[in-house]
Amino acid sequence: MEQSETLTRSDVVVQVCHLNELPPGESIRVEGPGGVEPLAVFNADGEIHAIDDTCTHQDASLADGWLEGCTVECPLHAACFDLRTGMPSGPPAKRPVRTHQVEIADGVIRVRVAVAAVTA
Amino acid sequence: MIRSVAVVGASLAGLAAARALRDQGFDGRVTLVGDEPHRPYDRPPLSKDFLLGRASAEELALGTEADDALDLDWRLGSPATALLPHERRVRLADGGEVSADSVVLATGARARNLPGFAGRGGVHTLRTLEDARALREELRPGARVVVVGAGFIGSEVASTAKAAGAEVTVVEALPVPLAGPLGPTMGTACAALHADHGVRLICGVPVRELLGQPRVTAVRLADGQELPATAVVVGVGAEPNVGWLAGSGVTVDDGVRTDAAYATNLPGVVAVGDCAASYRASTGRYVRTEHWTDALEAPRTAVRTLLGGGAGPAAGDDGRRRAAVPYFWSEQYGVRIQFAGHRGAEDEVRVEAGDPADRSFLAVYEREGRATAVLGVNRPKEFTRWRRALATTGSDSGPASGSGSGEQAAAVL
Repeated sequence: MEQSETLTRSDVVVQVCHLNELPPGESIRVEGPGGVEPLAVFNADGEIHAIDDTCTHQDASLADGWLEGCTVECPLHAACFDLRTGMPSGPPAKRPVRTHQVEIADGVIRVRVAVAAVTA
Repeated sequence: MIRSVAVVGASLAGLAAARALRDQGFDGRVTLVGDEPHRPYDRPPLSKDFLLGRASAEELALGTEADDALDLDWRLGSPATALLPHERRVRLADGGEVSADSVVLATGARARNLPGFAGRGGVHTLRTLEDARALREELRPGARVVVVGAGFIGSEVASTAKAAGAEVTVVEALPVPLAGPLGPTMGTACAALHADHGVRLICGVPVRELLGQPRVTAVRLADGQELPATAVVVGVGAEPNVGWLAGSGVTVDDGVRTDAAYATNLPGVVAVGDCAASYRASTGRYVRTEHWTDALEAPRTAVRTLLGGGAGPAAGDDGRRRAAVPYFWSEQYGVRIQFAGHRGAEDEVRVEAGDPADRSFLAVYEREGRATAVLGVNRPKEFTRWRRALATTGSDSGPASGSGSGEQAAAVL
């Protein structure tokens, strides 16, 4: 029997915090709603970036990491990721983290997360 | 004009050196010599996830598809046996030779063993993938594992062996484990993890001998007590792989001596990673660290030295500040231990946050009111702030004001 389910993509918008609650150099971890992986949101010298919070190497929160320029270093094993692209810039991570679109309106940071949804 | 470089050592530091050579525009021949048959792989998981069977050898590989573009000439499976600087050649054990205008020494270190321990069945050290595979076979329910040495490797192996169902005893010759890296107070605090998880720790008693032939059956301690053992793991430190450099003219003293930019006393020869004892201006001493982050970051500077770009990293060099303070970590019994800084034997230590009794705390080492080092146990975020503060200023005040605002923002949600 053929499956009638199809994979579609839909966006979930996650409210993060007020812009003034995330000064330059700071980061925050945000639990997404059901089906959305935890997010890490960074203020890199005034630019807000959002990526998946969990390091692709091992279970660690990138929001706890060392932010320098547009790079975050995982707090555990020193894997570095470019916040703009999600690409690892050195070992031990080999896979990129997902990056997410950031929207700022009325001083509030929101992140638009694409989630794969199964619909009947 | 350098037309060819031999990188001797094909682990983290060697791979980082090869990448740095191409990053910095070197387009000549790069030969990577490795004594193991494997391409570079990550060693920290060998005592943890790989040993427990939770990570595969493929997952440990450090190379990526992007490395194919490095166009490296691999010479794996045969150790270097001689450096002939005047002839600009490296001789290999298989009789082969590599000609190179410049050489990066990155031969790492090997696990130390105790006299008379090698060659007996069931006795292990842990450094390589093969070591870990052999040890993994021994770790199963019903096994009685004795770990000699309560340093980080020994403690991680004890944790993994326990998780695999073995009965585990750790024996430490010194009265306090980890006193060297952490000091006695914090060494004691971290060593308490063993008892928390049902692993017996015996301190202050050296091992006298092994019993059983051809396989070990027990470990006899200096006080006469015998510990039955189906397997023994020796974790008593590592020695730099520098014996092959005898007669080369390279200065060796517990590692290859280098200046702060990783130059050795021979022109065109630099040394990085676990085999190198490099000058640190911050302490005024030659230090061989065996730290993963040093093996990753030093090659960038060493390659710049080699290619004639002058000493020291360029401004804005990625990782420079991170490299400014030594950093290492350990994971035992699901607890994450992180340390950064230059701890002196006389430094005071105080608990800055949390409580050692809860196995979640941050401790700061101080000398004359200035922070010198920081230890975090299951406190990654605060630890990173302190590590950063140490790197930025050699801080006397801890993290800059504004620390904690991340937590405040989280609280608002």
